[in-house]
Amino acid sequence: MMILVTYDVSFKTDTGPKRLRRIAKLCLNYGQRVQYSVFEIEVDMAQWTKLKNELIDAIDEEFDSLRFYYLGNNWERRVEHIGAKTVLDLNGLILL
Amino acid sequence: MRPLRNVIYVQTQNAWLHKDNENLVLKVDKETKARVPIHKLQGLVCFGQVTISPYLMAHCAENGITITFLNMFGKYLARVEGPASGNVLLRRTQHITGHNVEKSVAIAQTMLTGKLYNQRYVIRRYLRDHSEKINDEKILIDLQVAEKRLTRCLTQLTDCKTIDTLMGREGEAAQVYFGVFNHLIRQADFEFDSRRRRPPTDPVNALLSFFYTLLTHDCRSALETTGLDPASGFLHQLRSGRPSLALDMAEEFRPMVDRFVLSLINKRQVVSKDFETWPNGSMTLKDEPRKTLLAAWQDRKQDNLFHPWFEETVPIGLLPWLQAQILARFLRGDCDSYVPFLWK
Repeated sequence: MMILVTYDVSFKTDTGPKRLRRIAKLCLNYGQRVQYSVFEIEVDMAQWTKLKNELIDAIDEEFDSLRFYYLGNNWERRVEHIGAKTVLDLNGLILL
Repeated sequence: MRPLRNVIYVQTQNAWLHKDNENLVLKVDKETKARVPIHKLQGLVCFGQVTISPYLMAHCAENGITITFLNMFGKYLARVEGPASGNVLLRRTQHITGHNVEKSVAIAQTMLTGKLYNQRYVIRRYLRDHSEKINDEKILIDLQVAEKRLTRCLTQLTDCKTIDTLMGREGEAAQVYFGVFNHLIRQADFEFDSRRRRPPTDPVNALLSFFYTLLTHDCRSALETTGLDPASGFLHQLRSGRPSLALDMAEEFRPMVDRFVLSLINKRQVVSKDFETWPNGSMTLKDEPRKTLLAAWQDRKQDNLFHPWFEETVPIGLLPWLQAQILARFLRGDCDSYVPFLWK
């Protein structure tokens, strides 16, 4: 299933940049960065449970926020892209 | 159900692939061109000068991602594969299927159906594009008759119960097809009367033989990459050193090579002085024109075609890989039958 993960990390505390990098890295391990704080992540239930816990552990719930949009398996028709920074279709033919 | 994971084909020369956390990163001249999470992958196919970091290689081996190295022309060189792999089962199924006459005939039949269908397409396409330019009434009739006879051979294929009868039908179709092949050539200095090989003694046969060889190489690489045994065929008999399955698989793509050769000739990309004759009567391409023709072949493989089974537009060069995948899926029992590539 496809999950859209977005986040806001506060820089009010010194550990802000560190948390931000950590979250970005976790998301990147499983998915594709589509915009600065937006990741498209296609995983199965087990992978998602693991990633979700890791993400929740990584943030400071007092200052930061995470949002998950569950797009399901038929996500392709729910997503439209306009403009620059086109992303790679990870399920299509990858010929580089 | 296990999701179908993707294969990455890397054709960019001097590309550098490495691992960054759980991502595969492709860099050319230190610039990141692509970044893919490794859990999405099943295989990695590298053409020519592609370098892979040892860490990525180890990670792929651990996660069951096969890395295949081919040279620039797509000839199989080596494969890196982790310990646990289903290939032995696939190969065994392939060999067992080879013993089963009924199943072998069914597969060979489908492959030849592909071949004859595609041969007919070569003629149909010519009739469609050039029939008003054909002045000679006889040529037009010849081609139309050939088209009909191929259609009949095509329907007769389904009645064949043995490999021998299949081969017979195929021979008949080849005679019809190559009987009118000369009509498709529109340059006076190239003359084709019949298919001659070992050795080819005229330019058209030399070209056909040369590109058939490349095609067989591609099919062989594709089979190796998929984990099938290229030496164990269904239509072609087993013989030491002969890539029988690669030859089987090449059948359905031969007409595409024919059309490629025809366009080289008709568009004057190759001329009669590009050939040299040897004392034994065989004719080959000279070194320089061979290079230009290889470049043309590589270009042709980049052209896109719609693949009806995968419902996707793919470069021609990938067709053998896709067909090998369909064959592997059929042998594993994931789909009901092997489906040949039908050109349209």
